[in-house]
Amino acid sequence: MTDTKHASSVSTEEVLYMSSGSLPSGSQVRDPGYPTPSENYLTNSKGILSWIFTLDHKRIGVMYLVGVTVAFGVAGLLALLIRLHLFQPSGMVFQGEEANNWYNQVFTLHGAIMVFLFIIPSVPAALGNFLVPVMLGAKDVAFPRLNLCSFYLWVFGALFFVSALCASGLDTGWTFYTPYSTTTDSSVILATSGAFILGFSSIFTGLNFIVTINTMRPPGMTWFRMPLFLWATYATSIIQVLATPVLGITLLLLIAERTMHIGIFDPEYNGDPVTFQHFFWFYSHPAVYIMILPAFGIISDLISVHSHKRIFGYRFIAYSSIAIALLGFLVWGHHMFTAGMSSLTTIIFSALTFTVSVPSAIKVFNWLATMYKGSISLTTPMCYALSFIFLFTIGGLTGLHLGTLATDMHLHDTYFVVAHFHYVMVGGTLVAFLGGVFHWWPKMFGRMYSEFGGRLSALLVFAGFNLTFLPQFVLGSRGMPRRYATYDPEFAALHQMSTYGSMLLGFGLLVALTVLLRSVGAFSFLGLARGKRAPANPWGGATLEWQCTSPPPFYNFERAPSVGDPYDFSDLEWEAEDERYVIVEPEREIVPEELPESAPAHAEDSV
Amino acid sequence: MSTIEASPEVGHDEHGHDHDHPPFLAHHFDTPEQQFDSGKLGIWLFLVTEVLFFSGMFCAYAIFRALRPEVFEGCSQFLNTKLGAINTGVLLFSSLTMAWAVRCSQLEQHKGLVGTLAATLSCAMIFLGVKAIEYSHKWAMGLLPAGLFFYDPNNPHPTDHPNYLLFICIPFLIALAGVVIWLVLSLLTANRFHIAIAMPLTVVCLCFFVGVGLGAFLESGEESAEHLDGHADSDGLAGAAIVQSAESNAIAENAAAVAASGAMVPVDESVLEILSTDPTNSGVASGLSALEQQTAAAGTSTITGDGEVLGGITTTEVDVLTPTTAGVFFSIYYCMTGIHAIHILAGIGVLVWLLVRAVRRDFNRQYFGPVDYVGLYWHLVDLIWIYLFPLLYLIR
Repeated sequence: MTDTKHASSVSTEEVLYMSSGSLPSGSQVRDPGYPTPSENYLTNSKGILSWIFTLDHKRIGVMYLVGVTVAFGVAGLLALLIRLHLFQPSGMVFQGEEANNWYNQVFTLHGAIMVFLFIIPSVPAALGNFLVPVMLGAKDVAFPRLNLCSFYLWVFGALFFVSALCASGLDTGWTFYTPYSTTTDSSVILATSGAFILGFSSIFTGLNFIVTINTMRPPGMTWFRMPLFLWATYATSIIQVLATPVLGITLLLLIAERTMHIGIFDPEYNGDPVTFQHFFWFYSHPAVYIMILPAFGIISDLISVHSHKRIFGYRFIAYSSIAIALLGFLVWGHHMFTAGMSSLTTIIFSALTFTVSVPSAIKVFNWLATMYKGSISLTTPMCYALSFIFLFTIGGLTGLHLGTLATDMHLHDTYFVVAHFHYVMVGGTLVAFLGGVFHWWPKMFGRMYSEFGGRLSALLVFAGFNLTFLPQFVLGSRGMPRRYATYDPEFAALHQMSTYGSMLLGFGLLVALTVLLRSVGAFSFLGLARGKRAPANPWGGATLEWQCTSPPPFYNFERAPSVGDPYDFSDLEWEAEDERYVIVEPEREIVPEELPESAPAHAEDSV
Repeated sequence: MSTIEASPEVGHDEHGHDHDHPPFLAHHFDTPEQQFDSGKLGIWLFLVTEVLFFSGMFCAYAIFRALRPEVFEGCSQFLNTKLGAINTGVLLFSSLTMAWAVRCSQLEQHKGLVGTLAATLSCAMIFLGVKAIEYSHKWAMGLLPAGLFFYDPNNPHPTDHPNYLLFICIPFLIALAGVVIWLVLSLLTANRFHIAIAMPLTVVCLCFFVGVGLGAFLESGEESAEHLDGHADSDGLAGAAIVQSAESNAIAENAAAVAASGAMVPVDESVLEILSTDPTNSGVASGLSALEQQTAAAGTSTITGDGEVLGGITTTEVDVLTPTTAGVFFSIYYCMTGIHAIHILAGIGVLVWLLVRAVRRDFNRQYFGPVDYVGLYWHLVDLIWIYLFPLLYLIR
């Protein structure tokens, strides 16, 4: 990976030298320089085994990144199949007797893979693993072996999903609702075992982060000097630890229901299918916040860094993450308004659902206030962050329609729901994930990507996404139910719009992937040059990860770094000749110019 | 827990580590205190997840007990309280030895540590042995989860079943044989390290069969008492109250069902049948056929229920003991105790690992974290049993 021709890669020791050129004269400049190949975490040990058995959180993060990208690719292709099928009212892709069955399997696997294999591990496991210790100033996570174990659990869970796909598919929807899931012939047991294992992967990651953030902070890293990404990760980890075990036992009971007919969920044996829904959503609603909270963390950092302005309302954003995590446990019933709960229960759940919008809105307002009068650089990460704010706001506000009892009766299980959660999951989490990947890519791989390509991908994703899912709000409010393979011809125009949009979205994502892969030299065989070497601080971030080299050395920090305010950009200056930000320290006068009085001031009085 | 004291001998080791970085301290921690605190917080969080894992089943228990209290009271009498009580005592004692082991590791009493760990393991094995008797006995009687339930009160002890006890014992027999062979080999080669591990493990494996013997003895005693008293005596009297509530429930349900069907079906059917003739309206047609199937299914069950409710004590007991009602109790029983038993097995695994490390004298007053963490886990597993015992065995 590392270009050995670069003679400048001499030392990771911080270099202090007199400023020149664009910087204020006379000030001292601090910059860690570039890593040597023997220090660079990507190259310090070689061979496939050094990756398979690595305990380095950064390498594990990179392996997660590759894994979730593959999962996203698979599930994304399934999504394109769904959209292509819905191009015509009678279905275009799947034909013949088994057409509807195929459709059921494809949308189920799209949902299950996206949720369990992509969104839940995307930001916390891939970016979180890379960033949490570096941002914190620690050498590694608290339990490196557990960390590696959780990655292999993810792989193992993914294998179960693949085997479900290869066996007899899965057609229950990703929610595995009973009684259908106890009677269908498809491979529910394989898929639920996979989800069970993935749950443990998620629990271990969350547990690791909570312990890391609690016990591994270096001196000076107080709770309120932590970057907001860490607060968001902490809140996410709380949910992962508290909610996922309930999913685990639910899926285990579902497996027992299928194998032994234990009669807890299966009405045929006096069980109660609504109990399954309660159990399932007790996990899966908080899981929605596992998906979105880390995205909030990314956006908080991105907005502040690329606006070059202190984040507005730091404590409010930090506390609102925790508030969302805790409130998220009280609102699961809003998925079941039509399942026959008592009216009092539905009213309570509806009211609690509205309370979640308060901390979410606090965040959005704080981001807007951060940008106000900031000096915004429209870099690729910032384009994604702006796109996030726009899309998440739509996604969040349409959630209020679904949380309202009267409108939900009409909109329940329609395309309105589909559009709503895609605005939150794709427009929110995926866009923030992409923004985060573009933001930290130079740090992870030490290469700058093409800014033009990155911005183009952000634009294409934004346009494609809206074209795909905005029509679905209309479809849903007109009564198009979700999960149907065919539809009335009156919906055809909107469905076709949505399909065209999905193609554009897919193309935009492909552009993003190409831009990133090109920057690390994946297309050098085509004669496309790889990106230029990334400086330690290309964006002007003040958090600790920008104080180590790009890519970081395998030990992160030789000694505990000096921790400052994570959103204080006052001492960062742009150095035009090397295209990087450096920390500038004004010249200091160490020795007082005048000698102190030889006699104390009160000496005269006493004489 | 007790504070970590500095020990001067730590650090002067032959592993080539820094003076201030003892061998037990992982590279990414600065101090043993930080490592210990991290592990402690980690294990507490893990225990939180375990509690939540079990909470799902406790919720299921609460829901179904609230729905059918009579089933829980009736079926609980099939559980042998004596065996449950013995197991409770065994686990409580193992908690004592585990806590003692933590103390031994802190005081660097290496022999004491090995002894208390082996005692904890032995208790775990006795627990499993007793559980094996309980399970095999119930499987033989057909007291199984709803889908497999085949208990017949007229023939409570069918003889034509496989020897379940043997099946459960086989893995433990293999383990015992393996450990004994290991012990003999290590005795022959006079490898003291291996002897020190294999000796306690042999005792531990034997303890499983002690548990089986204890369970078999108590279960057979219970059996003869049962035969002397006759099923009608204690169970029957207690069942009388059950019958009352079951009867009233059944009647109320039937009445409701009849009312509902009477009110709805004529109105709906006429309209729906017209709609279903339309070939495009396949949903209505399939809905109708499903409705027919449901009424057919509901019809049979209500008929059998009616017939048996009228019959008196013995026949109503049959009603309570149909797979769909009694099965749910046993489903929850097997899920809760089964997953608890899996946790005991996992605990045995980590305790064996601790035993090996204790023989190796890995632990000292600065580094006793693993013993402490496993101790916490073990106490939680005990605690869950403390809840399971009254909730399942002591319902009266």
